[in-house]
Amino acid sequence: MKKSLKHRLAILSDAAKYDASCASSGTTKRDSSRSGGLGSTEGSGICHAYAPDGRCISLLKILLTNFCIYDCAYCINRSSSNVERARFSVDEVIWLTLEFYRRNYIEGLFLSSGIIRSSDYTMEEMVRVARDLRLKHNFQGYIHLKTIPDASAKLIEEAGLFADRLSINIELPTDAGVEAFAPQKHPANIRRSMGELKLKIDEAREPTLKTKRRKRFVPAGQSTQMIIGADATNDATILGTSARLYGGYQLRRVYYSAFSPIPDSSQHLPLIKPPLMREHRLYQADWLYRFYGFDIAEITHGRADGMLDLELDPKLAWALANRDRFPVDINRADKEMLLRVPGFGVKTVMSILTARRHKRLKMEDLARLKVSLKKVKAFIVADGHTPMNLLDRSDLKAMFMPRPEQLSLL
Amino acid sequence: MRIVIDRRGDFEEWRDHARHLLSAGIRPDAVEWLDRAALGDDLFGADEATFETKAALTVPRGFVECAQVVVCHADLAAYGVLYRLLWRLQTERHLLSITTDPDVVRAHQMAKSVGRDSHKMKAFVRFKELPAVEGRTQRQFLAWFEPDHYIVGRTAGFFQRRFTDMDWVIATPKGSASWDGDALTVSAHPACNPELVDDTDDLWRTYFANIFNPARLKVKMMQTEMPKKYWKNLPEADLIPDLIAGAEERVRAMAAKPATTAPKFHYSIHKIKG
Repeated sequence: MKKSLKHRLAILSDAAKYDASCASSGTTKRDSSRSGGLGSTEGSGICHAYAPDGRCISLLKILLTNFCIYDCAYCINRSSSNVERARFSVDEVIWLTLEFYRRNYIEGLFLSSGIIRSSDYTMEEMVRVARDLRLKHNFQGYIHLKTIPDASAKLIEEAGLFADRLSINIELPTDAGVEAFAPQKHPANIRRSMGELKLKIDEAREPTLKTKRRKRFVPAGQSTQMIIGADATNDATILGTSARLYGGYQLRRVYYSAFSPIPDSSQHLPLIKPPLMREHRLYQADWLYRFYGFDIAEITHGRADGMLDLELDPKLAWALANRDRFPVDINRADKEMLLRVPGFGVKTVMSILTARRHKRLKMEDLARLKVSLKKVKAFIVADGHTPMNLLDRSDLKAMFMPRPEQLSLL
Repeated sequence: MRIVIDRRGDFEEWRDHARHLLSAGIRPDAVEWLDRAALGDDLFGADEATFETKAALTVPRGFVECAQVVVCHADLAAYGVLYRLLWRLQTERHLLSITTDPDVVRAHQMAKSVGRDSHKMKAFVRFKELPAVEGRTQRQFLAWFEPDHYIVGRTAGFFQRRFTDMDWVIATPKGSASWDGDALTVSAHPACNPELVDDTDDLWRTYFANIFNPARLKVKMMQTEMPKKYWKNLPEADLIPDLIAGAEERVRAMAAKPATTAPKFHYSIHKIKG
């Protein structure tokens, strides 16, 4: 008997949850008031709900099918798993997307799929979903398609005309890891796909000679995901891989997904609690690299094992290891150095730069900007404040360590 | 001087009063702002001021934009904060750049709170479908939402740009907005909860329960972004307590389950002997 739509939705959303991305930001601005259709994108993404795992639910994130001919050890949908299988038709995915959208549950669709028959067969069905949403239903909401490894260039190109974002997962931070755990996937091919897509995106950005208009092609760029903690790769290697992806392929985002136990898991992988704190530190380091002017080497050179400190955020850890760069005078220092003060975010730094043109800033000024004085006082000079010998204290690090949890009686 | 506000969140109303007060040279601490709705029938309130002059005002760029947001704040004190800023701007032209000034900080905090509420409205409004209306092809939807601030007016345009091909109403205790394919109508009149039911909510709840990964419980993170005050109007929210309570057991059961042998098709695909 055919499974009900609800039952299949349960299976195919359960199968999709190991993909971390749910972003709906960074695409072109669109709305329906002129086209008379449905949907808009206004720059910043919107999280329409949060699951108890703390993750934002912005998109309807589902698989077209969880049947798969690949046998990737870390994946819930691998061919050797006994997980219950199901499949949506193209029209069912479209219907769910539109009905969910109309009720304002979602910003759009993130469609991925197990690979059935062949890469091209699967990719073609996914492209049909996107094409029909745009052309038949006049849908202007967000669409993210996961491209299928080894799908033909022509299909990827068509996908890019309708999708806001395309992604292909590099899965594990090293080639050896991919080869060991995903025997049917080939790191070189994955990189080639990313490279080809980057070229096409660059090409579309060039205004054409005749109309001076830019073609809309994957306006929110491409992203990827790495699983963290399934193999022994250290953080320095992981972040090095990210830096190469950002630099070489101009990815918009690299997502880190703490390896999480899955039902009917492979015996080759550890049954561990997902390393959530490690994942969090990697995201912080990724942020420092992209928005705070840090090099990966600076962030990771603090420890011999190439791992980030789990107890301190990477910016604070860097500051403690580089005390000679402090204190920073908030009334004189340049933007680059202000961004390196633990406790200052980008917004705080911008406020400081604006305000200090008109007055000399004191600690009270920072307090009004909701800066934690406790965190910054050792690292800055302000009008009426110098850190004394705080920076020379050997227990400075201890002052920032999380308080030991109180033991409870049994 | 008592000023009575008729339409909360209406920037023009505040601006007209503020212009009069300023040209009459009335100091900010001499003005008391009152809400007509809160006064009820007790009309001792307003001072019927007859101002003659209405000088044109110039304000720095950014002030109007900021004031349009701040005036939506549910705390009536917002009106006074804005007037004090306006007053001080007459002599301190750079005031808005002094991002650490207490009045500027207060206005920014109020603007931030209003902005956040507006963002949460875009996120947490849930439309329910109503029966078709005879003679209209457009589908009919209605949502009930409870904002903290007077934001319906400034947020309605977002819904119009997004849900253009359907008729909709968003009703709130602080006014309502509606779209009929031609015109966007905003009313300040408080509405009542229509308590509607929509069958598609069941599919959404199915999705919400299954996209959750029980091995990654982070309840605090969820509640920071989706505070409990919004839960009562979210069809998925009453699933949350059970999802949290059952998470640990589900992970334990997953780990305890003995390894299985692969299904037949695995062997045929990879041409290996089972």
